[in-house]
Amino acid sequence: MATSTSDVQSLIGQKYDAGFVTDIEQEHLPPGLSEDTVRFLSAKKGEPQWMLEWRLKAFERWQQMREPTWAHVHYPKIDYQAISYYAAPKSSKDRPQSLDEVDPKLIETYNKLGIPLEEQKMLAGVAVDVVFDSVSVHTTFKEKLAAAGVIFCSFSEAVREHPELVRRYLGSVVPQSDNYFAALNSAVFSDGSFVYIPKNTRCPMELSTYFRMNAMNTGQFERTLIVADSGSYVSYLEGCTAPQRDENQLHAAVVELVALDDAEIKYSTVQNWYPGDEEGRGGIYNFVTKRGDCRGRNSKISWTQVETGSAITWKYPSCVLKGENSVGEFYSVALANNRQQADTGTKMIHIGRNTRSTIVSKGISAGRGQNAYRGLVRIARSAEGARNYTQCDSLLMGDQCGAHTFPYVEVKNSSAKVEHEASTSKISEDQLFYLRSRGISNEDAVNLIVNGFCKQVFKELPMEFAVEAQKLLSISLEGAVG
Amino acid sequence: MLKIENLHVEVEGKPILRGLNLELPQGEVHAIMGPNGSGKSTLAHVIAGKPGYTVTQGSVTFDGKDLLALEPEQRAGEGVFLAFQYPLEIPGVNNVYMLKAALNGIRKYRGLPEMDAVQFLSLVKAKTQVVGLKESLLNRPVNQGFSGGEKKRNEVFQMSVLEPRLAVLDETDSGLDIDALRIVAEGVNQLRAPERSFLVVTHYQRLLDYIVPDVVHVLAHGRIIKSGPRELALELEERGYDWLTKAAVA
Repeated sequence: MATSTSDVQSLIGQKYDAGFVTDIEQEHLPPGLSEDTVRFLSAKKGEPQWMLEWRLKAFERWQQMREPTWAHVHYPKIDYQAISYYAAPKSSKDRPQSLDEVDPKLIETYNKLGIPLEEQKMLAGVAVDVVFDSVSVHTTFKEKLAAAGVIFCSFSEAVREHPELVRRYLGSVVPQSDNYFAALNSAVFSDGSFVYIPKNTRCPMELSTYFRMNAMNTGQFERTLIVADSGSYVSYLEGCTAPQRDENQLHAAVVELVALDDAEIKYSTVQNWYPGDEEGRGGIYNFVTKRGDCRGRNSKISWTQVETGSAITWKYPSCVLKGENSVGEFYSVALANNRQQADTGTKMIHIGRNTRSTIVSKGISAGRGQNAYRGLVRIARSAEGARNYTQCDSLLMGDQCGAHTFPYVEVKNSSAKVEHEASTSKISEDQLFYLRSRGISNEDAVNLIVNGFCKQVFKELPMEFAVEAQKLLSISLEGAVG
Repeated sequence: MLKIENLHVEVEGKPILRGLNLELPQGEVHAIMGPNGSGKSTLAHVIAGKPGYTVTQGSVTFDGKDLLALEPEQRAGEGVFLAFQYPLEIPGVNNVYMLKAALNGIRKYRGLPEMDAVQFLSLVKAKTQVVGLKESLLNRPVNQGFSGGEKKRNEVFQMSVLEPRLAVLDETDSGLDIDALRIVAEGVNQLRAPERSFLVVTHYQRLLDYIVPDVVHVLAHGRIIKSGPRELALELEERGYDWLTKAAVA
């Protein structure tokens, strides 16, 4: 969200001129989850029958499933009947009335990131009377995309306007019953993004959720579907560097990517949900299912993520490499500070011939944070000549944190090559003293070491995102050493 | 320039330095020699501000400034440099990038504008020639995969870029063969200047064949027990430390 702050600021300035007042009070569904909830949600959105049936099927499956317990995270049992499944937009009296009511640490971070005040309010979920009108920004980029034939809209809009595309691809990568949280999402997803890049088209700009204003407050169950048709390319940026607050503690999103012949999707995430206070109170639980399907020959899907937020992260962006010569990549920096717990990694499923995958995972643990890498590399019998390279590094700061690595490798084709490298290091007092004795401050010394550690991943991010990510990491680690 | 008075230092409650006095005038090279465990490295570390040492008595001043009150990076800003006995490896951090951060940290401390990349790179280029550091090492992670000699040469290279006013060399000769020793010493000699002082900590006199000191101090039992001209080092080589330390105890 803080991506090129000056631009954002000028945009907000513009919007203010044309700003209008709106009443955001709306119906609120009481807590509880039943078939009726699903029907209500679907009706509320004016969805067609097929969409409702799809949701109901997911709900039915979810009821038969159990919450997974294998992840290396601990949290109190979630009461799914205590959650309200239609809560957005939120009632303004339930929100903080001004920034004064928000955790001062959060405000401090906003200021350090240079986020304008009005935007701070939006991020912190403060009740504001003025809803910024984004029409002008919206139109400019929409026109540009339309000229290229690119579809980029909210998920609800896609269900209405492009039902044939949604029906063809929805659930084709992450089936409704894939896992507990995906099933829940499939039943009750609130909204999200839909992207379709037509054949032989290079998307004329990086697509960012920030520009899709109606994506704000899509709630806890976001659904994203990106389809790159043959020979197309798209780079998609998700999230923002500013810590976002949300009173919905549980977030269970689903992201599905489909790449057809010779298509490439680059999906970058900077995730910085509120991690809770120093004791971890009030932090977001982020249980996400992200999967990309390299369906076509020579297709490529690349996941890059910088995860610094959330109290609990449960997330494994994966690639199913079906198409011959298809390529899957996963570059990740995951930070767990204070009481944060992260269990993250990837799955690379090699099915097609000569498929290749690269995994570079950098885990940083500080404070009392617990960071786990969990990765699966599966080479199917059909994946003649498949290759995987995995590098998995952990950096420890202090002596109360933990790093854990759970690599799974299954190879069923003897022509495959699978490499795995792992390392664990600790920022030592001696290293810090060495740098300080050269004239580098303690804080800069820590940043230097951490950035050096993450370099391989940062260089995969789009330029301005990379700069923001570095800044974010240094702020998230302030006071973690010395 | 550097003045140490009655310095008492403990590590984990154990006294290491016990009333050390030393004066190092500007432009001079002083050697600190002494048997193992006499407190030589402790002295070097305390001057640079390494955590873990407790100063119980005495003072260390640099141009009249109380060094002990400053953080290590502030001491670097004042012009203190420590060449490590065991230079640390910093994985992933580019050697030149680290040095640029260091130089700009020092410049910031002195209220000078930061040096831009172009200026900095031409400076680096000139300095690599001074110490004969392979250019291929410049863009490698700090000290990672460097040989023992390359690490020490990298220390001298850093020193040449940061241009300290007081350089403390902590057993720079350790682990070096005679050729590497000569190259490192030549680098140091080129940095000798009227405004720069050196404190050369060493166990063996052979380093002093190449870096010729103005004064030799003998450190034993946490104190300077004898100071003398360069010839004192030769005498130590011949007779060992025993005759001196015994005399000091008696």
